[in-house]
Amino acid sequence: MNSKGASTSGGDGTRDSSAPRRNSKKPKYSKFTQQELPACKPILTPAWIITSFALVGLVFVPIGLASLSASEQVVEIVDRYDIDCIPEQFQKNQLAYIQNSETNKTCTRNLIVPKKMNSPVYVYYQLDNFYQNHRRYVKSRSDKQLRSTAYEQVTDSCKPEDKANGSAIVPCGLIAWSLFNDTYKFSLDSKVLEVNKKNIAWKSDQDHKFGSDVYPKNFQSGELIGGAKLNASIPLSEQEDLIVWMRTAALPTFRKLYGKIEVDLELNDKITVVIQNNYNTYGFGGKKKLVLSTTTWIGGKNDFLGVAYLTVGGMCLFLAICFVLLYVFKPRTLGDPSYLSWNRNAAGHPS
Amino acid sequence: MARTGRIREKLRWSKIYTFSCIRPTGSMTADASPSLSLPGPGHSRVVRCNQPHAHRRNPLNYPSNYISTTKYNIVTFLPKAIFEQFRRVANLYFLLAACLSVTSISPFSPVSMIAPLAFVVGLSMAKEALEDWRRFVQDMKVNIRKAIVHKGNGRFGNKFWHKIRVGDVVKVEKNQFFPADLLLLSSSYEDGICYVETMNLDGETNLKVKRSLEVTLPLEDDQSFNDFSATIQCEDPNSSLYTFVGNLEYERQVYALDPSQILLRDSKLRNTSYIYGVVIFTGHDTKVMQNATESPSKRSRIEKKMDYIIYILFTVLVLVSLISSIGFAVKTKFEMPEWWYLQPQRVGDSHLYNLSTPGLSGIFHLVTALILYGYLIPISLYVSIEVVKVLQAMFINQDLQMYDEETGNPAQARTSNLNEELGQVDTILSDKTGTLTCNQMDFLKCSIAGFSYGLRSSEVEIAAAKQIASEESGGSVQNGSGIDYWENGGSSCGSSPEIKLEGGITCKIEKARKPMIKGFSFEDDRLMQGNWLSEPDPDVILLFFRILAVCHTAIPELDEETGSFTYEAESPDEGAFLVAAREFGFEFCRRTQTSVFVRERYPSSADPIEREFKILNLLEFNSKRKRMSVVIRDENGQVLLLCKGADSIIFDRLSKNGRMYEVDTSKHLNEYGEAGLRTLALAYRKLEESEYSTWNTDFLKAKTAIGPDREAQLEQASDMIEKELILVGATAVEDKLQKGVPQCIDKLAQAGLKIWVLTGDKMETAINIGFSCSLLRQGMKQICISPVNKDLITQDANKALVLSLVTEQAVKEDIQKQITNASQMIKLETDPHAASALIIDGKALTYALEEDMKQQFLSLAVDCASVICCRVSPKQKALVTRLVKEGTGKVTLAIGDGANDVGMIQEADIGVGISGVEGMQAVMASDFSISQFRYLERLLVVHGHWCYKRIAQMICYFFYKNIAFGLTLFYFEAYTGFSGQSVYDDWYMILFNVILTSLPVISLGVFEQDVSSEVCLQFPALYQQGPKNLFFDWYRIIGWMSNGLYSSLMIFFLNIGIFFTQAFRQGGQTADMAAIGTTMFTCIIWAVNMQISLTMCHFTWIQIVLVCGSIATWYLFLLAYGESSPLISGNAFHILVEALAPSPVFWSVTLLVTAACNLPYLIHISYQRLYNPMDHHVIQEIKYYKKDVEDQCMWTRERSKARSATKIGFTARVDAKIRQLKGKLHMKVSSLSAQTVVLPPSPDVL
Repeated sequence: MNSKGASTSGGDGTRDSSAPRRNSKKPKYSKFTQQELPACKPILTPAWIITSFALVGLVFVPIGLASLSASEQVVEIVDRYDIDCIPEQFQKNQLAYIQNSETNKTCTRNLIVPKKMNSPVYVYYQLDNFYQNHRRYVKSRSDKQLRSTAYEQVTDSCKPEDKANGSAIVPCGLIAWSLFNDTYKFSLDSKVLEVNKKNIAWKSDQDHKFGSDVYPKNFQSGELIGGAKLNASIPLSEQEDLIVWMRTAALPTFRKLYGKIEVDLELNDKITVVIQNNYNTYGFGGKKKLVLSTTTWIGGKNDFLGVAYLTVGGMCLFLAICFVLLYVFKPRTLGDPSYLSWNRNAAGHPS
Repeated sequence: MARTGRIREKLRWSKIYTFSCIRPTGSMTADASPSLSLPGPGHSRVVRCNQPHAHRRNPLNYPSNYISTTKYNIVTFLPKAIFEQFRRVANLYFLLAACLSVTSISPFSPVSMIAPLAFVVGLSMAKEALEDWRRFVQDMKVNIRKAIVHKGNGRFGNKFWHKIRVGDVVKVEKNQFFPADLLLLSSSYEDGICYVETMNLDGETNLKVKRSLEVTLPLEDDQSFNDFSATIQCEDPNSSLYTFVGNLEYERQVYALDPSQILLRDSKLRNTSYIYGVVIFTGHDTKVMQNATESPSKRSRIEKKMDYIIYILFTVLVLVSLISSIGFAVKTKFEMPEWWYLQPQRVGDSHLYNLSTPGLSGIFHLVTALILYGYLIPISLYVSIEVVKVLQAMFINQDLQMYDEETGNPAQARTSNLNEELGQVDTILSDKTGTLTCNQMDFLKCSIAGFSYGLRSSEVEIAAAKQIASEESGGSVQNGSGIDYWENGGSSCGSSPEIKLEGGITCKIEKARKPMIKGFSFEDDRLMQGNWLSEPDPDVILLFFRILAVCHTAIPELDEETGSFTYEAESPDEGAFLVAAREFGFEFCRRTQTSVFVRERYPSSADPIEREFKILNLLEFNSKRKRMSVVIRDENGQVLLLCKGADSIIFDRLSKNGRMYEVDTSKHLNEYGEAGLRTLALAYRKLEESEYSTWNTDFLKAKTAIGPDREAQLEQASDMIEKELILVGATAVEDKLQKGVPQCIDKLAQAGLKIWVLTGDKMETAINIGFSCSLLRQGMKQICISPVNKDLITQDANKALVLSLVTEQAVKEDIQKQITNASQMIKLETDPHAASALIIDGKALTYALEEDMKQQFLSLAVDCASVICCRVSPKQKALVTRLVKEGTGKVTLAIGDGANDVGMIQEADIGVGISGVEGMQAVMASDFSISQFRYLERLLVVHGHWCYKRIAQMICYFFYKNIAFGLTLFYFEAYTGFSGQSVYDDWYMILFNVILTSLPVISLGVFEQDVSSEVCLQFPALYQQGPKNLFFDWYRIIGWMSNGLYSSLMIFFLNIGIFFTQAFRQGGQTADMAAIGTTMFTCIIWAVNMQISLTMCHFTWIQIVLVCGSIATWYLFLLAYGESSPLISGNAFHILVEALAPSPVFWSVTLLVTAACNLPYLIHISYQRLYNPMDHHVIQEIKYYKKDVEDQCMWTRERSKARSATKIGFTARVDAKIRQLKGKLHMKVSSLSAQTVVLPPSPDVL
């Protein structure tokens, strides 16, 4: 291949005298234009194949095991309370119960700690079959309005929850309007367990997206009352429940952080939860769950990650072994010309 | 110039010429001829000669001589180009989507829909505009050429071509093109003839004689046009080059006109100082422009197939959208009323979520969904492909190895959208003259008095010798037939610098030839420098040289600089003979009306002796006679007939005692023929004075005879004298092939390409060329199809006054029979190595191309190893091309250099023009232009192969990536109650195609190389991957699509599974839509970029930078986007820094999904490479392990085997020879065994 390059450049030299006037059209030589850039041309040798499969396997299996064990360490208490928290007489007509503002919504639940839970213990509420990701819902907010008072009137995207009594609602939109409003009070052996509701939202949301000078206004004052009401004296940046809620979930089943219990819970501790069961999930057949969970480096309880890793890793190891066996029992010499198509067609004729 | 002009003016060629200057007899008697009353319709054109102003008003206002081949003009550009753009289905779809994006039902912002579309369409339109501008510039170059036009009062002046009007009298000087179709009025010759080269029209290289009417001859100088006026009535513009019907009314007489007075635009005046003519047809009315078909816009097969994939994706899109909209309607009707948090009762006037009309909402949603899933149809695909193709074209243009130093022309991809088609060519249709040959003849060898002279070998011999040499040194016959002899003589397995040819001639590989004399490559000291006098038969040799110097129709021209003569001959052969004669010391120096003067140089005397030969008669060459003769009287008063002609004709006419050298000469002729040379036999006859004068009276009688028999009579008269000849010898002229043509043909044949030659030349010439470039070889069955008996039939018909229809029918049946017989013969052929060649004549082709016969013809042609069509018109070239293209359904490539190839170039899937010396028409019409035929090899085997693979892989990958991405949108939508919400930020989606994944795929399309260019050339069989379409068949496409589907499933469900509900980081936060969307998108970016790295096998720093860059860009973008104001970034604000990056899950998901997505592909390629490697895989491995260096014999052996079974080309020639030798051996053995066994040999022995 070098000879060719040499011959072209040699040609230049000899012809120079005859063709200088035309040289303007002559392409300039460069490795780029001649497509001769030095290149790495790796090929997939059996060694590479086996190594890469084995390597992936060897990396993935430990990660999978680590994830699984991390997931194992997580202690999680899940308690579905939406059915049980409705008094007997309303079981037939749950909707009437929840929509009636007169009924007593208080409900007490007892939870047993199955395993020692180290602080912080995160408190979540989990909703089922709630389409927070519905397009109409997702769009129904005004980031501008949430951020600064100057944009208070920017509520176009919030329809139909944009204005009440002729003036703008702050925060406007369906998301804010349907804010979750169940409350939980925890006590351990009749001693109150403090739920820290600070720092449950993203710091950046608090600092940059929800204005510290924006106060709820005209909220839940329309003809339809949705969810929670907001204390109009606290700026939005402090309303962490709202901020958490406003981060719409991706799936119709989702958990949202309610607060943190910052003491360790011991095995067999009996926790009493007093729930204000206000939120209407009965209309659309949703479930409500209270979740207490610790976390590790992978977050909450999540076997799926570990299992997935183990599966992929295991498959890779298996494949590595397969390829080793194939290679041992049916090897192909690399660069064996007898595999070239013109030799293969004539394979029957030994030359 | 002026001097030679004067010499010529004295000549009355019509006296000398016998056949071609037959004056139309009808024109003499004006009122007698019935042809004067022209048929009414179609013959309405009236031209008022010398009164161009009369043509400025209706009804004689004909179009001007302005030509335009552009597709658009300033006004029509926008509407037409936009219309063209939106003929692409995908573009139309995106236009609709863009329109709808302004409304509320769009899931995206309008800008994100309109901007990419505007970009795509704008880019394509800009390209169109640029190409059209180039055409315009080219047109203008022609339009502003200058012509000499009569301006009135006998004054002539320059005028632009485009200003010329019908009726103008123009003066055209030597070697100028005719600006329009002209009626020849007079020329510098006294009898009004002129020579015309019609190369640009029909590719024929020999000059044609045209002659004016007798009546216009007095118009011989500028002044005589002062008061010239005449009226021409003639046919309307049409495309037939060889017909013309009209008459001239001049001085109250009417004269009939015929094609021999018509000079066509784009042909050239040769051998004539000047002519005067009247413009009859201008601009687009001219025959050549009428012949031009509008240049079709071509699309490659891959692109056409891509349309089908787009249709499939459209179907998927519509299907998915339907599912989605039905789902939405159902949800709206049954579930949404319960979703109080959506306030379903307060939808206002929007129909989108209206509970009462779920059907309507569903329909609205369908539109939304169609836009949302638009990512399945990659809008950027078109842009990326355009960009890639432009860059590929740039590489083609920049390739130094396709740059021709001599003409200074690089290769040029004139339309870039056919690059990949170059890799799929199946049949090459090639012009001959100017493409395969330089149209230059070299006198190489001769046989005189039974001795062969001329030591230099023809190119064919040299090549064959090299091949045989390496054959021998390559060891066993099976392994041997290496093919690298072209580049560096002996191959690595051993070489012998000097090779013994069979004939005992030692041929050296002549690197440095002596200073070239154009047309003369003869080298033999026995004849040069007067040494011939000491040869055995100096008299015969003298005669031989004299025949060369005297028997011709050329005109000498003194070259002032060198003092020697150059010759203007009707055909290049003749020129070569004269040059040869000059070099031998017989310099033809002057021609007068009656004599030829030759300066003869003998070693005995220093000064040359000038001898005069009186030309008594000249019986010139035509294709029927295949010979020419002159009757001369030499200085001693001896009357001689000197004759040269095709050997078969001459041998038939030898006298009994003239056959002395017949055996030897015919042996030599065979050798020459085998060496690919054009041969002619030379003979003479001594005539007694009385014999001559008797004959001459007969001949003159025949010549002056009037009536239809005249030609027959003349021929008969000529036959009378051209007999009883005495053979002198034979000449062998090399029709100089362009450099590297046989090698290139050989390589192309090995790459599995079929090569057809379509030429305007006559059959013998074409066959000779066929031999010299190895399309034909000895031992090949030649199937010649031509209407042999046509003359006979016509004569009979004339006598019997049978309608011409009947004769047509008869000829047609005859052709049909020939074709059937030939097909039958091929079918019955059992020897697998037997090759046959089809040689078909243009006339026969007319019938063969008719509707009812063309299939039969095609199947015969496809069965033949090589096909040569001779004497074909430009139209027929195009028709043949179309027949091959449509009949076989394979990719055809047409290559040619002249205007006569334009039709074929435009018709073929790919047109290649040779940007040589001749006009630019072929190049203008072509898709690619190269300056030499041999560059075709590199263009196809290297660039074509690469471009095909690149584009195929690129498109497959594109669909993969868009399916992988687009379907995740669908899955997610299903989780949002089919509401049309997308999980990704708008910006991610815009960037996905435009920035994040486009550059790697472009780098794949531009830089990917499976093997290096050297290997491509060494293993022509690799080219077959293209025509076999291994990289873009449905199997592969569906494989890639499935891979996309699989990846989309993996990406979505792994992410959803992992981010289900629980916290995804230690801080306890759960993932919201933005977090999941961003993670999912990160996974996609990684997965598709890893995928492309696995697809590529050639990483320069560019690919590495682009692939890594894409991934890095994504993170950088995310960072920057997160840092921007939350009003812009929304939920993506600080998402990477604050939420995702600190979470190990984010990273581990990326790793997991990337691995999981690429696993099946990795398994596939691993398995394929291990157990079912493709050719390029094995070669890559050989190269990788440097086995080619270690085991050179293996490398050479494989290279020689890496070719398709071919029946043409040198390699095949050598193979045939080997088989022949082995066959002989076998015969001997079997005959021996037969003798011993006594029994007759059983058939299976043979």
